[in-house]
Amino acid sequence: MKPITRNRALKGAGIAVAGLSALAVAVSAHAQQTLNIVSWGGAYSMSQERAYHEPWMEMTGDEIVNIDRSANALAGLRSQSQAGNVTWDLVDMLPADAMIACAEGLIEPLDHDELLADAPDGTPPSEDFVDGALGECFVASIVYSNIVGFNTEMFPEDGQPSTIEDVFDLENYPGQRALMRRPINNLEWALIADGVDRDDVYDMLETEEGIERAFAKLDTIKDNVIWWEEGAQPPQLLADREVAFASAYNGRIFDAMVSENQPFDIIWDAQVFELDGWVVPTGKLDKVRDYLYFATDTQRLADQAQYISYGPARLSSSDLVSTHAETGIEMTPHMPTYEPNFATAIQKDDEFWADYLDELSQRFDAWLAQ
Amino acid sequence: MTDTLEAQSATPAGAGQAGVDDAFARFTNVQKSYDGVELVVKDFNLDIRKGEFVTLLGPSGSGKTTCLMMMAGFETPTHGEILLKGEPISGLPPHKRGIGMVFQNYALFPHMTVAENLAFPLEVRHLSKAQIKEKVARALAMVRLEEFGDRRPAQLSGGQQQRVALARALVFEPELVLMDEPLGALDKNLREEMQYEIKRIHASLGVTMIYVTHDQTEALTMSDRIAVFNDGVVQQLASPDELYERPENAFVAYFIGENNRLLGEVSERLGDDCRVQLDSGDTVIAKPVAVGGVGSRTTLSLRPERVSILRGDAAEQFDNQFTATVQEVIYLGDHLRTRVSVCGNEDFILKTPNAQGFGVMRPGQQIQVGWSSADCRALDA
Amino acid sequence: MSDSAAPLTTADGVPLKVSLRRAVRRSKFKALLLVSPLLLFLGIAFVIPIFEMLSRSVANPEVSTSLPRTVAALENWDRQALPDEPVFEALVEDLREGQAARNLGLLASRLNYERSGMRSAINRTARGLGSMEPPYREAMLDAHARWGELDTWKLIERESSPYTMTYYLSALDRHLTPDGEITMAPDNQQIHVSLFWRTFWMSGLITLMTLLLGYPIAFLLANLPLRHSNLLMILVLLPFWTSLLVRTTTWIAILQSQGVLNDMMVFLGVIADEARWQMIHNKIGTVVAMTHILLPFMILPLYSVMKTIPPSYMRAARSLGGRPFLCFRRVYFPLTIPGIAAGGILVFILSIGYYITPALVGGQSGRFITNYIAYHMQTSLNWGLAAAIASILLFVVVVFYLVFNRLVGVDKVKLG
Repeated sequence: MKPITRNRALKGAGIAVAGLSALAVAVSAHAQQTLNIVSWGGAYSMSQERAYHEPWMEMTGDEIVNIDRSANALAGLRSQSQAGNVTWDLVDMLPADAMIACAEGLIEPLDHDELLADAPDGTPPSEDFVDGALGECFVASIVYSNIVGFNTEMFPEDGQPSTIEDVFDLENYPGQRALMRRPINNLEWALIADGVDRDDVYDMLETEEGIERAFAKLDTIKDNVIWWEEGAQPPQLLADREVAFASAYNGRIFDAMVSENQPFDIIWDAQVFELDGWVVPTGKLDKVRDYLYFATDTQRLADQAQYISYGPARLSSSDLVSTHAETGIEMTPHMPTYEPNFATAIQKDDEFWADYLDELSQRFDAWLAQ
Repeated sequence: MTDTLEAQSATPAGAGQAGVDDAFARFTNVQKSYDGVELVVKDFNLDIRKGEFVTLLGPSGSGKTTCLMMMAGFETPTHGEILLKGEPISGLPPHKRGIGMVFQNYALFPHMTVAENLAFPLEVRHLSKAQIKEKVARALAMVRLEEFGDRRPAQLSGGQQQRVALARALVFEPELVLMDEPLGALDKNLREEMQYEIKRIHASLGVTMIYVTHDQTEALTMSDRIAVFNDGVVQQLASPDELYERPENAFVAYFIGENNRLLGEVSERLGDDCRVQLDSGDTVIAKPVAVGGVGSRTTLSLRPERVSILRGDAAEQFDNQFTATVQEVIYLGDHLRTRVSVCGNEDFILKTPNAQGFGVMRPGQQIQVGWSSADCRALDA
Repeated sequence: MSDSAAPLTTADGVPLKVSLRRAVRRSKFKALLLVSPLLLFLGIAFVIPIFEMLSRSVANPEVSTSLPRTVAALENWDRQALPDEPVFEALVEDLREGQAARNLGLLASRLNYERSGMRSAINRTARGLGSMEPPYREAMLDAHARWGELDTWKLIERESSPYTMTYYLSALDRHLTPDGEITMAPDNQQIHVSLFWRTFWMSGLITLMTLLLGYPIAFLLANLPLRHSNLLMILVLLPFWTSLLVRTTTWIAILQSQGVLNDMMVFLGVIADEARWQMIHNKIGTVVAMTHILLPFMILPLYSVMKTIPPSYMRAARSLGGRPFLCFRRVYFPLTIPGIAAGGILVFILSIGYYITPALVGGQSGRFITNYIAYHMQTSLNWGLAAAIASILLFVVVVFYLVFNRLVGVDKVKLG
């Protein structure tokens, strides 16, 4: 039986309501294999392991090997493809990288309605996933956000920061800031803090005046910035009180808040949200087809939100998001997609950065070196 | 200080201890220990006259080099005092002592030419360029290496390097020159040539020299006086002939020249002589030098060339005459070495000239040997 | 050599020279056999990668292989105005073919290095090709603004050659104008040249520091009694037995603002709590950590040279009347110059190539050019630029090596 027809059969029988037992029957014919899955490591890999890998392994007997190489996934895919020996079966990467990899033919184009499970109510994937979650070769699993977190103990109770302007306001909110050492996010925030409307940010950044304006705004806090490069650094810097503010992935700050009881809070204003999800290296589609179907269904995405505060990329999963697995905290208010958090959100413009990252990185480095 | 390198009349070197007042350099009760447990030098005393050539002779590890290094300032005495021209020099660092030194491996600076090596001690004394040039040229002439000034030490033969080292130690006209086994690395012919050379330079400059060697021939050839070291102690300090003819103890007798030893104990004192009962049962008349009273153990020392082979019609009579059995005859060209057994000693050596009248001996042959009691010194056991 | 009338032969009549050559050839062959695994390894692990790197720094296959029709159609273009319909038609055909073969990504990246916006110009246009109808000129101009710009076409024409200088130019903060002239990049984009200089002068400083610290240690090593010097040698070699990361992170623990050293200084009252020294994540951090890590590479060559200098040289110099310092300067020091040069070139070259340590403790200001090679390899994925920077570094190292060989001689280098 070819896998494609098997999936068809599953859908036709309406088993996509994610009945584990039915799925188990369906995959029982499946030969046990080892899947090499590339991801980001840390709390994020842990959430994937709990929500996807462990149930899958239990059900099928497959072995899943986690490889923490997503930070350099594009380079890895290129060199494996050049060497003619692709060992990765499924890769978790950012949509911007996926666009490049797709254009280079490193990863498989995906027919989403064909490959992925419908929502429990029968909505096809192409309508169930949030905007931009399905790329030519990409299927998102989460929505995460770049935000600025702060240590609440470093500000008076009646003077807690709440907007992105506050991050650039050294007078009222003194202290060091930790920002990621790259132009992405920082230029957007600088323009918004300088009064640019969030809908105009990327148009402004395509002009020389816009870029200069962004760097000029960054200049005002440059002497108070520590530049970080590893995702684990910002919560650490905040906890050590080396900085008052730190830009970070929202999941990392959440994790420090609930798991370590750190006195942190998040400025949701002007959060730059972005998707993250799966791509399939060229030639590996048949091998991972079943796993991909399983790992992107409505229940699995909702399950993942029990372990990390990243929003599921499916609309149908949102209603199923419950409480944090360890602490029992209600997860919904910590999601980037929670309405009050989302009001002033900006979506990262992948196409803009695909075009301008080379140039702006160099300019950003030169600016840092000045 | 001598003004020039021109020849000065060397002080005639005689045997015996220098007078207290004219001592140029003096070691007084010097002791040295490296580890606080063992003394390398035990109570060293030595007076050296100006212009004298004194050799410290001894086996390796006997403390002679340590004494030299203490004089040069590279080691500090643990006890005692070293005087130079009547002044204690313990507090003086090596570079202020003005002592020339020749090292065993020459220690020529490999990155400098021969001329630069010679100029070094002059430059540190801030002599003018012209003076330096002149003195270097003269020193090179003295060791007959005029043509070699621009060479590097590595481009010279061993003998040439040795002469450069000598010239460098002398070029700044020190009054005292120390030499630490300077000829040890040379082959035999070259060594003899250099011995002569050093002797010539010593005689022509009148400089005082302290020379360390373990080679007794070298010491005998060159020195005015020799201090024989053993076990950190000077065994005997005397002129070469004195040391050879009249060793004062068994070590000196054994270390200097060739020596036949007979062991026994004193049985009777006979005026200037004594009778010694050997362990073999024979009785020998000997001259007591370093023995106790009757009954004390002694080593008799007898130079091979002082033993005569007696023919039947011998006119000469010796107070000691024995029958010996020839064990081995070694042909050495100008003389024959004959090993015989006599008085219980299987390795008793005789030297006989290879001349008319001395018959050929064969192993196993019985011969008569004899020696005078004056040549047979009874020393410590 | 003179040819004698009758050449010498061995006993069985074979000419002596032939016989000798035969014997030598056999032993040469044996020697070659012994080293062949190493030669093979060097070839695979050293020569081939370097060749690969050098060729990658000038390779420029993207335009010529992805846009062959366009390149051909542009041959008669006058460069004064936008090309005509046939060129656009050729481009559409090339893009269609590329889209079908899914290999436009590299072309898009390549052109985007030279001109921002080219990536989306190609990708967006390629996605819309399905519905595109002639006349293509108008359709393309609608599809993306870049196609209506003269500089875009000049760029495509310029980069149609299979080799390019642009990676080297951008490694040296220069670039080509659309008309092919070399100019400096705008001030706000210059980054590499200053990093090259920083790498060189900081490596020089690190070399000097290792020399100042290593010289006395090497001297002690060479002159202490064996028992003590063995212990000291173990202490010197200890860093070699510890992982590089451990050593580097230890320095972070010591030097950071809440670190051991600052705590001690605050405790002793040397500095105020709010005025802690910033010693890590800057140049100081890089110099301190790298000096520590590279110290053994200075000490060992120095030691091996000093060990061969007999103590009698210094004694001779002292006895000849030189004050201790003068003896050191005139006699001992000159004799250790081969060791200094060997250690210096070793530390300097190693230091130029280090990147983990500067990345961890160098912060922004203590970063080396090597960190940019890693950045372009792993993050920006501009391997051509990474190869060009690496090739320039290789060239500098080779120059330093040749100068060293000329001045000191490589045969003088010994390690232990």
